[in-house]
Amino acid sequence: MTEAIPLFTPVTLLTGFLGSGKTTLLRRLLADPALADTAVLINEFGEIGLDHHLLERIDDRTVLLASGCLCCTVRGELADAVRDLHSRRERGSIPPFRRLVIESTGLADPFPVLTTFHADPVLKHHFRMVGVVTTVDAVNGAATLARHAESVKQVAVADRIVLTKTDIATSAASASLARRVRALNPAATFSRADDAAHLSDLLTPSTGMRDAASADWIAAELQSATPLSAHATSITAFALTFATPLDWTAFALWLSMLLHRHGTQVLRVKGILNVAGTDMPVAIHGVQHLVHPPTHMQAWPDGDRHSRLVFIVDGLAREAIEQSLATFCGVHAGVG
Amino acid sequence: MCALCGVLGGSDHWADAPARPGVFSRTGDPLERRRERARRVSAANRILRLYGMTLSDWQSSAFTLSTATGKTGLVDDLSHLWAVAEKLLGRACDPLDPVLLARLGSARD
Repeated sequence: MTEAIPLFTPVTLLTGFLGSGKTTLLRRLLADPALADTAVLINEFGEIGLDHHLLERIDDRTVLLASGCLCCTVRGELADAVRDLHSRRERGSIPPFRRLVIESTGLADPFPVLTTFHADPVLKHHFRMVGVVTTVDAVNGAATLARHAESVKQVAVADRIVLTKTDIATSAASASLARRVRALNPAATFSRADDAAHLSDLLTPSTGMRDAASADWIAAELQSATPLSAHATSITAFALTFATPLDWTAFALWLSMLLHRHGTQVLRVKGILNVAGTDMPVAIHGVQHLVHPPTHMQAWPDGDRHSRLVFIVDGLAREAIEQSLATFCGVHAGVG
Repeated sequence: MCALCGVLGGSDHWADAPARPGVFSRTGDPLERRRERARRVSAANRILRLYGMTLSDWQSSAFTLSTATGKTGLVDDLSHLWAVAEKLLGRACDPLDPVLLARLGSARD
């Protein structure tokens, strides 16, 4: 029996720098029978699109947006293409799909794609962004991260990072790159493309894993004597903890003000909050100016009721954010 | 939409997320929604008065933001608040500004 179409179709953005193995990963994902009911939207920068041929799956649920980049020249076409997919699914003219994967160009800024689904008056009622998967090439990844700001941003906003081409890279190079990538985005889950057991998880909604990953990383950060993010880049990651329950109203005012003024520099903010007057933890998750609706978690990770906030920022000082939040919300940061 | 004034209702801001299973929201119950709006006005005014501005609820569907000289702007939700405030003020409202934080800390004490 065919399962019903979900109320909100989950959307995963697959990104990663040029040649980092996005299409190869996508081809492997689509070969999994469990992911057969997946619609695919591919964006290529060049005049002649090839990736949809490389996928070896040409059907009505595979759409190519060529000749431009999703984050700028064909951004409107993205919304049109997804609306068209939705419309054809509703009319029954294409096989129903239960999830959508968007493969961006290697040069794309992920943020405009995320906002398209949040802002479009039709899409926001039918689709939900559930994760950003970023591929990082184990052979060229270190050089790419050093030279191209786009690749750093793609890593920083990822929910899941997949290290590719580990079969042709030295184990030392893979390990070094893995450390570098983890330092850039410690809160993302991390896997290798040759780890088949975890591949199908990449397209499932990631809230639970994200919360667990954040909790794990925050614990590691608090036990670490040295910052995890000491690298020659203006992008840094840090965690703040608060013992006092947060005033939700004051926190929402503060975060909205911070993101209005510095949103382009706040690449990621995610947190598990102890909100005054609420028993269960509240999870928040944002990328630049975009914050997803806060969600109730089922339980406190490890029974620890501290509020924990993870920031990945570009050019902002941890102390300034910490002091600002403490002053606005009347709480004091720190462990204990 | 309000049948009398034609104002479109509903906010897209994350702090006003519609109540759905699993979503933390203070908009599900009408009374709780009004309480949250009152708390928001009160909390915002603790900050805005340092800029010489005042926020007021308008018909439970929007807010008005006014300067001491009477310049007024309409604010839909928190995503618009700071943009309107900066427009009326003619300068940036920066939550990391040490001078603002010092004044806010003093006012809290």
